[in-house]
Amino acid sequence: MSGGVDSSVTALILKEQGYDVVGVFMKNWDDTDENGMCTATEDYKDVALVANKIGVPYYSINFEKEYWDKVFSYFLEEYKNGRTPNPDVMCNKEIKFKAFLDYAMSLGADYVATGHYARVKRDEDGTTHLLRGVDSNKDQTYFLNQLSQDQLSKVMFPLGEMDKSEVRRIAQEADLATAKKKDSTGICFIGEKDFKQFLMNYLPAQPGHMVTEDGDVMGKHDGLMYYTIGQRKGLGIGGNGTSNEPWFVIGKNMEKNELIVGQGFTHTHLYATHLTASQFTFTTTEEKPETFSCTAKFRYRQSDVGVTVHFNKEDNTARVEFDEPARAITPGQAIVFYDGDECLGGGIIDKAFKESELLQYV
Amino acid sequence: MENYIYLDHAATTPMHPEVIAVMTDAMEHYYGNASSIHQIGRVSKGILEEARAVFAESIHASSNEIVLTSGGTESDNMAIIKTAEKYSSAGKHIITTNIEHPAVREPLNALKKKGFDVTVLPVNKSGHITVSQLKNALRNDTILVSVIYGNNEIGSLMPITEIGEYLQTLNHKVVFHTDAVQAYGTEDIHVKNQHIDLLSVSSHKINGPKGIGFLYVSNELSLPGLILGGEQENKRRAGTENIPGVAGFKRAVEIRSADKGKLRQEYQKLKQYCVDLLDESGLDYEVNGSLEKSLPHILSIHLKNSPADKLLIHLDLAKVAVSIGSACSAGNVDPSPVLIAIHGKGHPAIEETIRLSFGYQVTEEDIKDAIMKIKKAVEFLA
Repeated sequence: MSGGVDSSVTALILKEQGYDVVGVFMKNWDDTDENGMCTATEDYKDVALVANKIGVPYYSINFEKEYWDKVFSYFLEEYKNGRTPNPDVMCNKEIKFKAFLDYAMSLGADYVATGHYARVKRDEDGTTHLLRGVDSNKDQTYFLNQLSQDQLSKVMFPLGEMDKSEVRRIAQEADLATAKKKDSTGICFIGEKDFKQFLMNYLPAQPGHMVTEDGDVMGKHDGLMYYTIGQRKGLGIGGNGTSNEPWFVIGKNMEKNELIVGQGFTHTHLYATHLTASQFTFTTTEEKPETFSCTAKFRYRQSDVGVTVHFNKEDNTARVEFDEPARAITPGQAIVFYDGDECLGGGIIDKAFKESELLQYV
Repeated sequence: MENYIYLDHAATTPMHPEVIAVMTDAMEHYYGNASSIHQIGRVSKGILEEARAVFAESIHASSNEIVLTSGGTESDNMAIIKTAEKYSSAGKHIITTNIEHPAVREPLNALKKKGFDVTVLPVNKSGHITVSQLKNALRNDTILVSVIYGNNEIGSLMPITEIGEYLQTLNHKVVFHTDAVQAYGTEDIHVKNQHIDLLSVSSHKINGPKGIGFLYVSNELSLPGLILGGEQENKRRAGTENIPGVAGFKRAVEIRSADKGKLRQEYQKLKQYCVDLLDESGLDYEVNGSLEKSLPHILSIHLKNSPADKLLIHLDLAKVAVSIGSACSAGNVDPSPVLIAIHGKGHPAIEETIRLSFGYQVTEEDIKDAIMKIKKAVEFLA
């Protein structure tokens, strides 16, 4: 229980279904400020209010060390390499459904339940399938793509069958303290803070030039790690090009510390025909063929696109070809495969290509 | 909380039914402000002063040496902060131990920032200090010694009488404060014979209500108040008196005073029973501190290879209340300074210790049941 409306309703639903529910608050990050204020303390008060209202015991457990080692270090390392990591994917894989799951099992739990918008379907042979949440606007399977069959066999996602509006309605009807609480935004450890400012505290910024493909210097950048492929905002270049179209980040040159920019949303450099990815995890143990077609998402809240996957079992990598060129592939983000409603698993994007040309996305 | 076995009486205690009865009566009938001159106020004043006499008698003090406070923490704060302020012209050196309650430790930390010099005496493995340690630390500019009477986590009883006697022999005044919040319920305290100047007591640890306690302030000192305002408590503690609280606290003290010796024996027996059962259980454990020179109602045990946070949850779900380290809030459990003091940093006991504490209506049957459940949880976690 995070102190948000989703996990509050999750606990309520399970309790009403007759489960023996124990609420657990995970403290993963310490953001205590100079006045002793800490968002975790405030959130925990909401957990207490909700758990008492529902009538379930609740505890708080500290995972700060695990989070730092497994998620935050990875997060910084990826940024250092000019990539754009997805800490939520890693948090689910390493913390919520590993460190926390193990902890829950050591307390004698049969399952862990979270407020994710996703569904699990269990076959008679014991196989668990990960399915999209029915609220397509909220579906969170993208963030859950790295969960293994072993992990999935011990999870429950009661909210997967409903819309967010229904979750709010249930919370309100049950008079839960979190019924009207604002959804949290952004990455849990950064919260509402300025992202650039936050990152600067941990990684030294190396300003450099913004250049066009032809090498024309268009301005200065604050450090490559602050920019993401396809980004338009915050470049501070107006006009000055061959057209009146806005400027976009179309690549990064790590060696020269240059940010490559180009004009137009549909800039040809932003479109990839295929990508390579690694660190694949599949949600079921079913052997994957060397080549298969399915749909995929390469970022959260994006419509699926058609792909053909050439999977290399040996080194757990894949080459993923798009049916139509894909815009702004972002190394460090997840590429997630689907077969209809089922999330098949995914990997982490390494490189993007336009035909045989490597796009300078990192 | 039916069928719940409560073994956390050092954290707080349930109120005695007689305490609840006198408080209910006071709430119904004695609403007057004890400072008011009219009849309604005078009745409240009467309750207050009768109670003060009872509190004084319980530690062999005079009535005018008792300052009512909101509890142990306020008593400790007042004793330390006001003594330091008052005597700072004579010196700025204070001596304490490394197993004090935070209500003593934190005011001392605050004083350190204001230029006071605090010597912290380390306890030995059993959780005790010796008078010779104190002798070696004493200086001409020492103004205050604050030593806990009996520790709240491991129960170790400090040589309070010896310290008091020794401080008497010095040719300059060193104020002696002791936090007796845990010890008051079972130990025979005689502030005059023990040469104690300041002593903190809390009501809710002895089946009285929460939110009230007292500080004994020897007539030899005249300590100004910490909370300023009206002239209550001889100008030493402002704020309208909490009459229902006073009435309840008085009853709790009367019940304790009548039974102190009996209770001490009873808790000692429970503690020994607990240790015997642990021995029989085959659990790999060790008592933190010592069974000698310790409070009878507190037993701290290191259950080897069993993370205490998990153990606590297992026990809570099995309806047994114990405590671990210091209280935790929103996922923060700071390692217990007391366990670090007796074991050293990084010792497994710091993460594998639970505290059982006994009190009103705890039976041998409860202990038996609890040990069985502890064994079950330990085996599950193994």
